[in-house]
Amino acid sequence: MSNARTAPVRTALIHLALLSYTVIALFPVFLTVVNSFKSRAAIFREPMAVPTPATFSLIGYETVLKQGDFLGYFQNSMIVTIASIALVLLFGAMAAFALSEYRFRGNLLMGLYLALGIMIPIRLGTVAILQGMVATGLVNTRTALVLVYTAQGLPLAIFILSEFMRTVSDDLKNAGRIDGLSEYSIFFRLVLPLVRPAMATVAVFTMIPIWNDLWFPLILAPGEATKTVTLGAQMFIGQYVTNWNAVLAALSLAIMPVMILYVIFSRQLIRGITAGAVK
Amino acid sequence: MSAAETDDIDAVPARRPARWHIAVFLAPAFLVYTAVMILPLIETLRLSFFNVVAGQMQFVGLSNFQTLFGDPRLSADFWNALRNNVIFFIIHMLVQNPIGIALAAMLSIPKLRFAAFYRSAIFVPTLLSFVIVGFIWKLILSPIWGIAPWLMDLVGMKWAFAPWLGKPETALVTVSLISVWQYVGIPMMLIYAALLNIPDEVLEAAECDGITGWSQFWKIKLPLILPSIGIISVLTFVGNFNAFDLIYTVQGALGGPNGATDILGTLLYRTFFGFQNQMGDRSMGATIATVMFLIILAGVSLYLFVIQRRMRRYQF
Repeated sequence: MSNARTAPVRTALIHLALLSYTVIALFPVFLTVVNSFKSRAAIFREPMAVPTPATFSLIGYETVLKQGDFLGYFQNSMIVTIASIALVLLFGAMAAFALSEYRFRGNLLMGLYLALGIMIPIRLGTVAILQGMVATGLVNTRTALVLVYTAQGLPLAIFILSEFMRTVSDDLKNAGRIDGLSEYSIFFRLVLPLVRPAMATVAVFTMIPIWNDLWFPLILAPGEATKTVTLGAQMFIGQYVTNWNAVLAALSLAIMPVMILYVIFSRQLIRGITAGAVK
Repeated sequence: MSAAETDDIDAVPARRPARWHIAVFLAPAFLVYTAVMILPLIETLRLSFFNVVAGQMQFVGLSNFQTLFGDPRLSADFWNALRNNVIFFIIHMLVQNPIGIALAAMLSIPKLRFAAFYRSAIFVPTLLSFVIVGFIWKLILSPIWGIAPWLMDLVGMKWAFAPWLGKPETALVTVSLISVWQYVGIPMMLIYAALLNIPDEVLEAAECDGITGWSQFWKIKLPLILPSIGIISVLTFVGNFNAFDLIYTVQGALGGPNGATDILGTLLYRTFFGFQNQMGDRSMGATIATVMFLIILAGVSLYLFVIQRRMRRYQF
């Protein structure tokens, strides 16, 4: 800023550095998607080229859709992810409201207890979680995954949401109380609409690890009917390792929903992170 | 933990005797969290003191831990996994965090064009699942496809290419770098946020004193973002010592080649579930999970009680 003469050179160097890293970050994804649309010979002969009419082929996608039940996997992932997010948001917001709104004995202790899970990964309890799911007959159900992911998502959600709820004006809530609203109406009708941006941030943060998780689907729900897309892709690729078209197509299919959601929600996500929601 | 049900003491007890709504608000989260997370965690810790003796589950004290640390067969695996895990973490700290900080420092330059584009693009790998990332890199580094040797040929380094994932000496570093590639977005974003939070007055004051460019970064900005670097370090620590998916996808549950990339997560999976001709063992699985829990707890406590306390925080 102050040394104007060196500024253009410096700016150019910075753009060069950032652009190089952008290429490093995007190149593998690009390579996968591009090659998934090519014939087998073209994948090996010219891996860098974009598909031309001569090399274009959908054989990989045909194999994937015929052999693996990818639509079913997608459906499972969607159901599990959406149900978990809904529960995390509802339960998390309720608990965050209780913690931030009321003074009661044990408030601090309860807050700390619920925050434990931010740092201690739920995976460490897997041995007993599996035992519990076997005992309750929930193995190989989507319910098992939803329960685990809800528990996993709650601590961070409560933490972020209670920070936001502290900023909701007391006057508004007290005005509601004077008008005879119950505490439940104050929460659902006054506070929830006001923390909607924070809820969106929490939803995005909760969604990514759930959608991408391999550990719990592998252990709790490996059955064909409940496989999620991450596990399905993992197993499919493991079986078809030498079929490059199919592997690349399966990878591209697994990438696409995440990318579509990212394009829609990237603003929300980045604003959430940079607003200091996670500290 | 029945705090939720207790009446208020310090508020106004006369007018509102029992505030049941507090319990109602807290109950669902508390119940799910306790039942699915805390109780299994405690049960897992408890299981690590039990083992099957003569067909019966019995309390065996610390003997599972003795087996884990001393038994010739299992302990070799355990120490190997622990060492690999430490190296895995060190590589993240040395590569991921500096790159993340550097990227954030460049992105936070005021009025930089395309900053939003760079930021979104660099964050893309972080959103992908380990399965996708693992397989993509496996393909790229595969000598069969030849992408990596071809790229290295461009810069005249083809001689240096080797099947890195397949060689025991290089496999762990390669897998760690793949993980770094994926996760660099997180330190970048958090540091970026911290840099944006530095008020302009501070930087203007620095400029008045003639501190600009590099020295401004080292002398003004870096001390101010140290708390964020601390948080990133502890997040990296927890994430690394509980990592599993990437290794499982790229190198299989055995952490091949020859255990070179075996970390605690894969060891836990194999021990608990069994793999190939190894039988699954619930007690030893719980024992390994307990050790991982203690390691993570130690790291988090070190951060919370030592590092964070000593770190100076600036309030603007």
